[in-house]
Amino acid sequence: MATDPRAPETLSLATFTQGIWQENPVFVMLLGLCPVLAVTNTATNALAMGLATLFVLLCSGVLVSLLRKIIPKQVRIACYIIIIATFVTIVDYAIQAISLDLHRALGAFIQLIVVNCVILGRAESYASKNTVINAFVNALGMGVGFTFALLCLGVVREILGFGTLFGLTLFGASFQPWAVFALPPGGFFVLAGWLFLFALIRKRRAAAIPEESHVA
Amino acid sequence: MSAETDPVPPPVLPSSRKLITALAAIAMISGLLVAVTYEVTAPVIKLNQQRALEQAIFKVLPAATVHANFRLEGATLSALTSERFAEANVFAGYNADQVLVGIAMEGAARGYQDVVKILYAYDPAQNGITGFTVLQSSETPGIGDKVETDAAFQENFNPLDASLNAGGDALAHEIITVKNGRKVNPWEIDGISGATITSTAIGHALNDSAQAMLPPLLANRDLLIAPHTKGEDD
Amino acid sequence: MSPDSHAFIFLNAFLINNFVLAMFLGLCPFLGVSGKVKTAWNMGLAVIFVMIVSSVCAFGINHLLVRFNLEFLRLISYIAVIASAVQLVEMFVKKFSPALFRTLGIFLPLITTNCAILGLALFQTNREYDFTQCLAFSLGAGAGFTLALVLMAGLREKLELADVPDTVTQAALSLMIAGLLSLTFMGFAGLGG
Repeated sequence: MATDPRAPETLSLATFTQGIWQENPVFVMLLGLCPVLAVTNTATNALAMGLATLFVLLCSGVLVSLLRKIIPKQVRIACYIIIIATFVTIVDYAIQAISLDLHRALGAFIQLIVVNCVILGRAESYASKNTVINAFVNALGMGVGFTFALLCLGVVREILGFGTLFGLTLFGASFQPWAVFALPPGGFFVLAGWLFLFALIRKRRAAAIPEESHVA
Repeated sequence: MSAETDPVPPPVLPSSRKLITALAAIAMISGLLVAVTYEVTAPVIKLNQQRALEQAIFKVLPAATVHANFRLEGATLSALTSERFAEANVFAGYNADQVLVGIAMEGAARGYQDVVKILYAYDPAQNGITGFTVLQSSETPGIGDKVETDAAFQENFNPLDASLNAGGDALAHEIITVKNGRKVNPWEIDGISGATITSTAIGHALNDSAQAMLPPLLANRDLLIAPHTKGEDD
Repeated sequence: MSPDSHAFIFLNAFLINNFVLAMFLGLCPFLGVSGKVKTAWNMGLAVIFVMIVSSVCAFGINHLLVRFNLEFLRLISYIAVIASAVQLVEMFVKKFSPALFRTLGIFLPLITTNCAILGLALFQTNREYDFTQCLAFSLGAGAGFTLALVLMAGLREKLELADVPDTVTQAALSLMIAGLLSLTFMGFAGLGG
């Protein structure tokens, strides 16, 4: 889970997959939780937010990596933030142009992508020290992992809270939606549930493979 | 909290030109990218907004085939071209025979979570409000959003009395939401039991907007009777 | 209470739509704060201060941007302002209370990436509050944030003595508590009429 302070790593499958499972930004590192809970009341919103964040991760990762030799150390955080804010603004306008309904559903949280610790963290700890290709692949992994986490929550909350999935009604008319899951407390409960499940899986795996264990 | 975002000591405020140049260069590139995106997407966004608005207008005025935009400010009503739809707060709907079928206006009031914005239709022939559609709401799904789907609630608007008083400067009776089952007068709204706050919000939104806009609107009704075709300025 | 009155705006941000428990802003420090009420309280005060400063600056900047038709630069300028405000608070705290500076440690610079501050600036812009309304809003938001933080810290202090199973990680437990707190705060809906 610790970031590698050594020389830039060579490209491997791990560069991509670490963002999905071992270092999943939401379930393992607990970063960027604000959008995770706020926009996952439906699966569609979760997917849209995940893709928007993926876009920003990719673009900012690539740009930071491209400019890594040029950006002076003292002002690097400020530069990263400006770069991230640029792409977030671009995504904001893009979503407005694609669908106003989606934009209204995601609300201020599109602009809040800029303070998503995942993106700044990746820029600081990875993109600034690795080649463009590596940065791209790693950002892709992180983005996919983040979207995966968002979908985990969005799907559960939509099915329980609305009785639909991606807008398609699943149950008959007599289904009483469990409204709390569409509301803020539900977000907290579902995330807690997933974390508990993953901790359980990890514990079982650790017990089964004694020589290698991932501590939660 | 993980140390992933290893906090750097805050950047030393630069006195060296290199730092400032770097920051300035990045800022300029960013500004350029954003400006370009803005220019590219602005017309598309405007089109989307116009379409969404028209959808809402024709939803509350189903008999209308064409609409005209107006702006009511204080006591003056002025016609607007279709380009300036964003400034309009009154929309007149006309059917195929160019007859005025209704007027759509916006209202807003605080609901359970946040402000509920609605577009409602007023029929001058019936002196009443014939329906509404929710433009924006964050009400509880399955509870607050029933105001749009509940058939019994929609019954309130067949029509909801919004006639003016003798002096023509206010509504004869305040529009108010009452508890479910207690509706007696045509200007009352029968609330949805279990969704009181949102139902009350609709009542407030309609009342506040109607009280402010109907008197000056009806004083200017001549301007509304004749439809204006798109593109014509007045 | 009129929805535009300062009292209501404060109450709304403080309790009814609490920034942490209802709007999901500022969760990182909320979940990561140590189990100590004192630290939570200090963190809350720092956030209140940053919020007020950022709110005022954001208000000013927004007016400038609107005047020169540069709204698309809003996000970038807000973030710049917030980063500077945090910078200011850090220097202030370091100078006048080194002990506090050490206790807060990593969390102080992290206020920059705290969604609550940026969220505050964005919401007040969306709702088009005037200057005094902005102040009421930022005070309410900061107070609400501090309230949520202190409540959480207090509960976790108590939980340290409880017998919690291994598989329930620190984070999962905090989230469950947060969920219950959020559920309780829903009771404030409709307050103020």
